[in-house]
Amino acid sequence: MTTLAELPLGGRAVVLQVTGGDEISLRILEMGLTPGVAVSMVGSAPLGDPLEIELRGYRLSLRKNEAARVEIELPAADSV
Amino acid sequence: MSHSTSSKTITVALIGNPNTGKSTLFNALSGARQQVGNYPGVTVEKKQGRLRIDQQDFTLVDLPGSYSLAPRSPDEMISVDVLLGRRDDVAPIDVILCIVDSSNLERNLYLVSQVLEFERPTVLALNMQDVAREKGVLIDVEALRNRLQIPVVEIQANRGKGIEALKQTLAQAAHQEPARPESPFPEAFQEEVAFLERVAREHSRDLPRYLVERLLLDTGGYLEPILDRDVDQGIHEAIQEARTRLQKAGCPAPGVEAMARYGWVSKMLDGVASRPSIHRTTWSDRIDKVLTHWAWGTIAFVLVMLAMFQSVFYIAEPASFMIEKLNGWLAGVAESVTAEGALRSLLVNGVIEGVGGVLVFLPQIFMLFFFIAILEDCGYMARAAYLMDRVMSRVGLSGKSFIPLLSSFACAIPGVMAARVIENPRDRLVTILVAPLMSCSARLPVYTLMIAAFIPDIPLFGLRFFRLPGATMFGMYFLGIATAVVVVFILKKTILPGQAPPFVMELPTYKLPSARMVLHRMLDRGFAFVRRAGTLIFAVTVVVWAIAYFPHHESQISPGLLAKRSELQHRIESLENSDAPSAETLLALAAKEKSAVEAKIAGEYLKTSYLGAAGQFIEPAVKPLGWDWRIGCATIASFPAREVVIATLGVIYNLGEDETDAESTSLQQTLRDAKWDGSDRPVFTIPTALSVMVFFALCAQCAATLATIRRETNSYRWPIFTFVYMTSLAYLGSLATFQIGTWWLAG
Repeated sequence: MTTLAELPLGGRAVVLQVTGGDEISLRILEMGLTPGVAVSMVGSAPLGDPLEIELRGYRLSLRKNEAARVEIELPAADSV
Repeated sequence: MSHSTSSKTITVALIGNPNTGKSTLFNALSGARQQVGNYPGVTVEKKQGRLRIDQQDFTLVDLPGSYSLAPRSPDEMISVDVLLGRRDDVAPIDVILCIVDSSNLERNLYLVSQVLEFERPTVLALNMQDVAREKGVLIDVEALRNRLQIPVVEIQANRGKGIEALKQTLAQAAHQEPARPESPFPEAFQEEVAFLERVAREHSRDLPRYLVERLLLDTGGYLEPILDRDVDQGIHEAIQEARTRLQKAGCPAPGVEAMARYGWVSKMLDGVASRPSIHRTTWSDRIDKVLTHWAWGTIAFVLVMLAMFQSVFYIAEPASFMIEKLNGWLAGVAESVTAEGALRSLLVNGVIEGVGGVLVFLPQIFMLFFFIAILEDCGYMARAAYLMDRVMSRVGLSGKSFIPLLSSFACAIPGVMAARVIENPRDRLVTILVAPLMSCSARLPVYTLMIAAFIPDIPLFGLRFFRLPGATMFGMYFLGIATAVVVVFILKKTILPGQAPPFVMELPTYKLPSARMVLHRMLDRGFAFVRRAGTLIFAVTVVVWAIAYFPHHESQISPGLLAKRSELQHRIESLENSDAPSAETLLALAAKEKSAVEAKIAGEYLKTSYLGAAGQFIEPAVKPLGWDWRIGCATIASFPAREVVIATLGVIYNLGEDETDAESTSLQQTLRDAKWDGSDRPVFTIPTALSVMVFFALCAQCAATLATIRRETNSYRWPIFTFVYMTSLAYLGSLATFQIGTWWLAG
């Protein structure tokens, strides 16, 4: 299963689900990473963590281990 | 406090996501008529403003910026309680004013969907239209109004646009029907809420529907215990049953909320707002590209931090110089209107010193918050946290702790105040507790004096530029940082345990900071410090003055000295009236001699004061640190502020007051010559000097910092804790330094 943590720079994907039901997963959901939403990878901090992503028309940062809770679906190779 | 009795005042709650311009709107609406306090028991600031619209009085209650009204801590519960009218200290809310970032409507409407469920008359303010336009976001305001069924007003808070229209809308809204939105939740969820409401009523509890929803969604179990009186066993079991049924129905708590609300948002915005499908690169994106670049971003970050730190650090020196000047002038005035005695001393060394001890921090607080306000307002603050998060999370904190801790190297007071940017209460507290371990500028005079007097200037490892004094100074800074890392680790394992908070954080769009906002924030922070911490700092200074001054009886002074003084006084008087050609030279000599005698007398007074007695009393405790009672005494006297130790050492070793500053060679010489009472053994050896430095590096001898911690944590527990843990560490560190140092030099 691909997660948001593995999305390459500039890559686009659609969120499938957020795993876990604790405070961190809830926060991720509240910030709009709900199933079906489109995300793109904007960049990462100088030491590779945290990540900067774009969704719902705004920028969000989250750590790699937090992004790993977000399962994504990559677009089919020919549609990129 | 008339708002609760006067039926005329309308109470408006202001709520919104962070970075929506909420504070700007608050200031635009209420101007200077604001009062700031704390809600008891929590760290949330209670901010209220007053305004008048068409002969009607309004109270505006500013609620903390948040993305969601899903309380998981007492701090987050405040907003919910205020909106539900469950607090005695805030009047029931008549109107909710919700501000949103137009360029980011999707996420902002999540909070709106929660706010509507409070079923109060609600007004929506669409802010930041300019950013929205640049991003290519189009909003059909009329259609949005119809969808949401509430008044929607377009504003541009930082330019004061739309404020009048908003005021008119607020005035009308008070008489409006409350919002009655259709529930965003699926049928199954609504049924369970209705079921729980019934159960609650059967247990004769009338819970507001929003709280019932929250109880159902709060799988973390935060709400049940705090609603303890309202929730008993029967309700608890009903909640469990309801959650099981929801799980089966395919809408499990708590995830169902985000799904349902974002679903509702899409429905509301469908055909009402659109953003370009192809991302339009804005100037904010271009700036971000540079400022978060691994190389350019790092360089820019270092430069910004350097500029900020240096400004705060360098303003400390002229600031204390100015305060000293002012104090000197005030002392002169006081001396001219009072006679020699307790009153004069109280005024000069207690009151004026105390006021100076408060004011001296103001320029640093202003300077730091000037920078922080700019960084926050332009959107860089979040990027700074983003850039530093990796490093800071290694030591158990998050990127948001970086700026408060960096500031603390200049002065812990603005550092502790800056910890407000950390929303997680536990991380914020840990940051506040270790901030005073960073070597602040008040420690420098202590380091400088000890190093200049006792640390030999020899090169290390044969390097000409790496010498022992510099290395010692570096060692003191490093000691503070290393200790802080260990303390954070221990605090997180023991008294403040819990999961590391998420770093899921919005990176807001860059914008030009507003001068008015920056100025306001800076003055607000400074005056808050004077108002809330000032009294405590002042009181401590006066108390320490009193124990250093009293009993102050001439019988404390050896008769020989007193006789010498009156003899010199006579000689000076007769010389002043003399016409002899040598009179002037003799006068100068006599005056010099007299001031030396005065210094000795001052020293004897101090030795025999309550403070002196305390110093002698604790001598057995400080002897293992290599200290004599005089150092112990000076350390007690420096409780209000570390740098006081130098002046006290000067007085106690019989130096006139004007000869005592850190660079004064006569003070350095005096310390080198100091002997243990009744022996020829020098007090200060290298281990003793190091032990004094280590003590001051780690101790909490700063009443102002403790008073600020008390204010920021809204409790006496944490300043007392800080004082106890830091003083213990300081004692142990100092003990180890002296003992190991002595053993090493002997071996």
